[in-house]
Amino acid sequence: MRFNPAFWFVAPALALLVVFFFLPVGAALGLSFTDFDIYALADIGRLRFVGLDNYRRLFGDAEFWTALRNTLYFVAVGGPLSVLVSLAAALLVNHRLTPFKGLFRSLLFLPVVTTLVAVAVVWRYLYQPRYGVLNYLLGGFGIGPVDWLGDPDWAMPAIILMAVWKNFGFNMIVFVAGLQNIPESLYEAASIDGAGARQQFLYITLPLLAPTFLFVAVITMIGHFQWFAEPYVMTQGGPAGSTLSIVLLMYQQGFRWWNLGYTSAIAFVLFGMVFLFAVFLAWLKRR
Amino acid sequence: MSRTRNRCPRSILLACALILSGCQPAENAEVVEFWAFGSEGEVAHELAGEFERLNPEIRVEVQPIPWSAAHEKLLTAYAGGNLPDVFQLGNTWIAEFAALRALEDVAPRFESSAAKHDYFEGILDAAVVGERMLAVPWYVDTRILFYRRDLLGAAGVALPPRSWDAWFDAMARVRDRQNGFAVFLPIDEWEVPVILAMQRGAALLKDGNRYGDFLHTDFRAAFDFYLRWFREKLAPSETSGQVANLYREFGRGDFAALITGPWNLGEFRRRLADLDASAWDTAPLPSFDGSYPGISLAGGASLALAAGSTRKEAAWKLIEFLTAPPQQIRLYRLTGDLPPGRTAWSDPVLAGDHKAQSFRRQMDRLLPPPKIPEWERIASRIAAYAEKAARGEMAPSVALEALNDEADRILEKRRWLLERGR
Repeated sequence: MRFNPAFWFVAPALALLVVFFFLPVGAALGLSFTDFDIYALADIGRLRFVGLDNYRRLFGDAEFWTALRNTLYFVAVGGPLSVLVSLAAALLVNHRLTPFKGLFRSLLFLPVVTTLVAVAVVWRYLYQPRYGVLNYLLGGFGIGPVDWLGDPDWAMPAIILMAVWKNFGFNMIVFVAGLQNIPESLYEAASIDGAGARQQFLYITLPLLAPTFLFVAVITMIGHFQWFAEPYVMTQGGPAGSTLSIVLLMYQQGFRWWNLGYTSAIAFVLFGMVFLFAVFLAWLKRR
Repeated sequence: MSRTRNRCPRSILLACALILSGCQPAENAEVVEFWAFGSEGEVAHELAGEFERLNPEIRVEVQPIPWSAAHEKLLTAYAGGNLPDVFQLGNTWIAEFAALRALEDVAPRFESSAAKHDYFEGILDAAVVGERMLAVPWYVDTRILFYRRDLLGAAGVALPPRSWDAWFDAMARVRDRQNGFAVFLPIDEWEVPVILAMQRGAALLKDGNRYGDFLHTDFRAAFDFYLRWFREKLAPSETSGQVANLYREFGRGDFAALITGPWNLGEFRRRLADLDASAWDTAPLPSFDGSYPGISLAGGASLALAAGSTRKEAAWKLIEFLTAPPQQIRLYRLTGDLPPGRTAWSDPVLAGDHKAQSFRRQMDRLLPPPKIPEWERIASRIAAYAEKAARGEMAPSVALEALNDEADRILEKRRWLLERGR
């Protein structure tokens, strides 16, 4: 059998993909049909093949539904918020009249490159119910103290606020790049035709920014589905499970309790959801 | 002249030899790997250094690991076949590592040890799974009552309470006087509800730890008593993370009592420096029926010997050394960890310390939680449902039903294994 010479050029890359991507993913898929746990770790004879049981159990697991609800909340509220804030920041930073553009860009990008653990420690102080800065400021307006991270109703908004602040800088840079790709001549032509700032934004900026928009939306969405570090550092999923995310649940099941079979099932359900959402966004774009 | 010429290279050789031997003590020494966590990890070097001086033929390679990463690190090491010869093990993890068959049964070695009768029964029992003794207690970490003597006194409560009712009444009186909260019980921890249940005599699990027993009347009664603190606003529904500065709030008298462990003995002394030392005190836990002291948890850490170790003799020597009374006292001086043996408690450092002696009295009444690998997982669910009930998000009976169901589900594999005798 003779291969096309091109095959040999692609082969090393393919081999890497197979070994480091398809093989582990395949193994995880296999694992999700077993009840691999701490007992099986000691003696492989205690491993059972359980078919779809893990998936069935998952859908009967109250914790999973809590995690799913929280994650969707985070995606639905945090995602759009993050995109809008970064777009607004990009427009401001990119505006003709803004001085020190480079400086502002760097400053707004700063949270992205700061380690989340350090950020979380600072924000925990801001959110502290009795001595925190945020409640102190609110107190100035006569608003009573809010128990930001301790109240099940407030914990999610608090974490979303922090996540948006932490992450919008990245999307902002992408938007700035997209904005700078729009030829200045279009705006000049439009203003000669008498279009105002609002019309220029609606009929030039937004349509030409659409591909960037899709890219940012997909990346943000995937990132938000994999939401983990914020609750892991700030709340450990509490209070009363109100900030438990799917990946945090996965982490707990996998690395705290060593239920690798069940964990793999969670991972594949999460993959399925992200995949469907990405397809949906792409379909939206085509329309 | 020839002598000086000769002496010079010889002294250089000697220096080189000294330096070399200093860098690598005894080329052929046996190396024992030892993992310790948190503050014990920080002082392990010091303890091991002493051991090396006494046993020059053994070298100890210490690896300190943060507590938060310890459990994962040990499991990963087990999965990779890299467990060290000797390692620290939280008492509630022993059953898990027993199921992994990762631990050497140290009973034969321990039998011949003179220290055997020195240990408190409850804490020794925590290291026994089935018939096998799988670790040697290193230090005890149990929970007792810390309280404000002055605030209780001002409210007309003289002695630390000995029964649940007296405790509850005392706290209610304190609360009425200062109209805030009287006691702090973090609502995201399983220890307090479990201790209360154990005091009521609840078994927690039934049928040889095959099923949850959280619907038993004893457990219900204890759970209800636990929730009463929150329902009647004697304790705030707050997690430990929400209290920014426990010490300051205790010092200010925001609450007059809390249930906590020995690590806070040192913390309180350091951070409550401007509070008169006689203003606060410790006491063993009150009990359900007034028998004193009430039961508390046999927590703490033990030292285990890896079943796969190839240097068991040397490793055992290290364990024996580290758990001997002089080292128990040394560990107490270095970290504040309380000794698990009686001899160490008669040392003047501890014998003269009234606040520490409350722990000594508590140690006569310790019980370990169920010794099965699934316990930590079940415990985390107890904490989760207790929190939901304390916040009023779930009716207590509904929470207990759900908890019991979940415990049964978690124990499914255990039942399957037991039925097949594996």
